[in-house]
Amino acid sequence: MSKFKKKKSGDLPAISTASLPDIVFMLLFFFMVATVMRQNTLMIENKLPFADQVEKLDKKDLIMYIYAGKPSKRYQAQYGTEARIQLNDKFASVEEVQQFIYSERESKREELIPYLTTALKVDEETNMGLVSDIKQELRKAEALKINYTTVVGDAMQNVE
Amino acid sequence: MAKRSAPEVNAGSMADIAFLLLIFFLVTTTIETDSGISRKLPPWQPEDVEPPVIKQRNIFTVLVNSNNQLLVEDEEMELSELREAAVEFLDNGGGTGDEACSFCQGAKDPNSSVNPQKAIISLVNNRGTEYGTYIAVQNELVAAYNELRDREAQRMYGMSFTQMEKNYNDPNYNGDKDALKEKIDVITDMIPQKLSEAEPTS
Repeated sequence: MSKFKKKKSGDLPAISTASLPDIVFMLLFFFMVATVMRQNTLMIENKLPFADQVEKLDKKDLIMYIYAGKPSKRYQAQYGTEARIQLNDKFASVEEVQQFIYSERESKREELIPYLTTALKVDEETNMGLVSDIKQELRKAEALKINYTTVVGDAMQNVE
Repeated sequence: MAKRSAPEVNAGSMADIAFLLLIFFLVTTTIETDSGISRKLPPWQPEDVEPPVIKQRNIFTVLVNSNNQLLVEDEEMELSELREAAVEFLDNGGGTGDEACSFCQGAKDPNSSVNPQKAIISLVNNRGTEYGTYIAVQNELVAAYNELRDREAQRMYGMSFTQMEKNYNDPNYNGDKDALKEKIDVITDMIPQKLSEAEPTS
């Protein structure tokens, strides 16, 4: 009777899963680095119109976003159904656009300021009155480079 | 008594936690980039500045009313016909002498534009116009310019204008960028994008 009796086992040893977390962590870090979080929570309906003569907007850090559209369902009780402007995470009035542009400029490095572009993400059902008001404010703030953000597609779909 | 060793922490659920995080980041990742129609706004001007006088024949007026209907040069028009009409106007080349257009292939109508450098498209919309329609109209007008520019670039350099611009903006393009820029400038000088937007009517 020996104390050191070798265990007799004919089974295959289980594959070690100890390195599984490492693999998963590697993937995790990749996605963490590649993730660009949605900067703003949308409080409005934002169905962009279609267009096919488009240019790509690279350099996300040089873009200021202005959203406009009808308040989405959960905010309609509070804000009504009239189209509104959204800057950052809250509704804003037309007068606040200028202030928004100035504060965005403040936060960027000085040499980048001439390259700033304003992207207008406007719901396709919004009336042009509101968009024109925004454009007037942008002209006053001297933010002249704008981009009407659209979905790539046939423009004829807008009028149907 | 024998010293009891600290029990080993079971690391088996580590993978689960990591997977949870992984799935979260997978879902929130957006790799798409935005695209859209780029425009440049005119600088803010005081009200009392006299607008320059432009001959009526060189202006192509596009009116959009609050019911999203188009009035082009005092005639009702469908959106699908707008591109063709705009090309016809820009490409008319009705000028003579100094104002003659060397490359235009249009009808040379004396009541339409003299040359593309002089031709201005004026877009007036109503405050009630839907944004979608406005973008569609903008898109058609930009398309008209692009169509002409493509034609001329193809004729002069054997490459379409949109392709030239695409190459120019491509960081991996290994051709001569300065020469390309020069060509692009020649074309944009020949056919400048003169799209004027007036204050909306209410």
